[in-house]
Amino acid sequence: MSSQKAQITPGPAPALDAARLRADFPILHQQVHGKPLVYLDNAATTQKPRQVIEALDHYYNTDNANIHRGVHTLSQRATDAYEGAREKVRRFINAADLCEIIFVRGATEGINLVAQSYGRPRFKAGDEILISAMEHHSNIVPWQMLCEQTGALLKVAPINDAGELVLDEFHKLLSPRTKLVAVVHISNALGTINPVREIIAAAHGVGAVVLLDGAQAVAHAAVDVRALNCDFYVFSSHKLYGPTGVGVLYGKRELLEAMPPYQGGGDMIRMVSFKKTEYNSLPYKFEAGTPHIAGGIGLGAAIDYVTAVGLEAIAAYEDDLLGYATEQALTVPGLRLIGTARAKAAILSFVLERIHPHDIGTIVDHEGVAIRTGHHCAMPVMDFFNVPATARASLALYNTRDDVDRFIAALHKVNEVFA
Amino acid sequence: MSGLRELYQEVIFDHNRHPRNFGKLEGANRYAVGHNPLCGDRLTLYLKVENDLIKDARFEGMGCAISTASASLMTERLKGMTVADAEDLFGRFHDLLTNAATDDDTAALGKLTVLLGVREYPARVKCATLAWHTLHAALANQEQSVTTE
Ligand SMILES: Cc1ncc(COP(=O)(O)O)c(C=O)c1O
Repeated sequence: MSSQKAQITPGPAPALDAARLRADFPILHQQVHGKPLVYLDNAATTQKPRQVIEALDHYYNTDNANIHRGVHTLSQRATDAYEGAREKVRRFINAADLCEIIFVRGATEGINLVAQSYGRPRFKAGDEILISAMEHHSNIVPWQMLCEQTGALLKVAPINDAGELVLDEFHKLLSPRTKLVAVVHISNALGTINPVREIIAAAHGVGAVVLLDGAQAVAHAAVDVRALNCDFYVFSSHKLYGPTGVGVLYGKRELLEAMPPYQGGGDMIRMVSFKKTEYNSLPYKFEAGTPHIAGGIGLGAAIDYVTAVGLEAIAAYEDDLLGYATEQALTVPGLRLIGTARAKAAILSFVLERIHPHDIGTIVDHEGVAIRTGHHCAMPVMDFFNVPATARASLALYNTRDDVDRFIAALHKVNEVFA
Repeated sequence: MSGLRELYQEVIFDHNRHPRNFGKLEGANRYAVGHNPLCGDRLTLYLKVENDLIKDARFEGMGCAISTASASLMTERLKGMTVADAEDLFGRFHDLLTNAATDDDTAALGKLTVLLGVREYPARVKCATLAWHTLHAALANQEQSVTTE
């Protein structure tokens, strides 16, 4: 399709040259409050490289048409581009089959789909759903709703003071009553990387299926759904340098085959009459209505981008940067880290003594530094650490030690203003 | 930095460090819990109202400097006001912060004008108005009396 799409600023492999990659992100080259922007809110959403922006632009400028239903040339091009993106997703997470890649609005919709389409027809009173105490609200509320609908019980595996899953307790909570385990791959509030292989093996041992919330994982680590052997995996494009409004649900084919559609409408049918409707085959059975075509194509471009940079290189680079940021942050008087797991990725959640995270956020913004403050859609995590909120700096492949230095200087400024 | 100084005036730091009327109010007959779902901040406001007069006001909770100072300044101001005047002040304050009112109305605010700096920070307006919304709820909710035990 578009020839610009595949062009990535070349960097020496496998090391990552963040300074060079920054050039691909137009938005980073601006001033905020008169200072060069330092963007450290990547866990909320990442910025988009021009390769992604150009893919969207190219689609709307030259290929825009509805998909799967036209014989005309534009419709064919749009369909090819959209389905091409599905294949990129499949390769990206190493799914066995294209039909296992369902395009959804995002991680949230993916989880709701599994709850309503897998859980609702199957679960009954006495069944249990096991989650962890570090889940994002989107991996709590859909299960609570499902429990209300079916009488199933929601169980929560605890975390320790470092923000790690307490595996002993997790194992104890597993039983033949456990029908589904839903856990976050990398926590957005704490940065904890969960031992998902062990979790999956144990859950399968009692006959439960496993959903992994990969919203924070896919941009920071290579994900192989077959090696993991998870049953469902969800993520959002916008946290992976792609557009908002689109995401992916991966599900094992035999599970998806057995599930009823999530929504009814166009595209998800094979044949409709007023007597009977025959549903379409996978993945279309779950994709009612006109999808976010440009979004899917943009996600494909984002996957091309991170693949060209290399997930291993990204993970190694960010790990080093997180180490540096952590070391520097601990020099700031009054700073306490929230989330000190041994296995951690890209996220630095913290509080400052006697200074509310909101005040931190406003003052560092004045220094041109964008961080997130609040409960990060993980109120139970805030309760556990007995804080109303935290401040959170989250890293991406374009962040540098220079960014970290600016961030740390801004934190010193916060202490100064509140001295 | 000038905008920041507008937002974080000395009076605000003072009330944040040493909030006035902080803690539970024994003998309160009105109260309400205010909640900012955006940040999870929670504030409880206690009032003692007799013959339409606010005799006493105290608050509890954890919040940012702006919300704490706002609650502190508000409780200071409320004592001795009639319920109607308090409601009126809530309306004025709210309109001023959300830019629904003109600047000449600021005179009635007195010391509360130190909070007007948030107008430059749309994301922070809710911090300043949390205590006031809670006041509005407490005044409306007569039956929500606190046990004094
Ligand atoms: C761990 C985690 N899960 C799920 C989500 C929800 O993603 P979305 O809002 O894109 O559906 C997020 C986003 O903040 C997240 O960080």
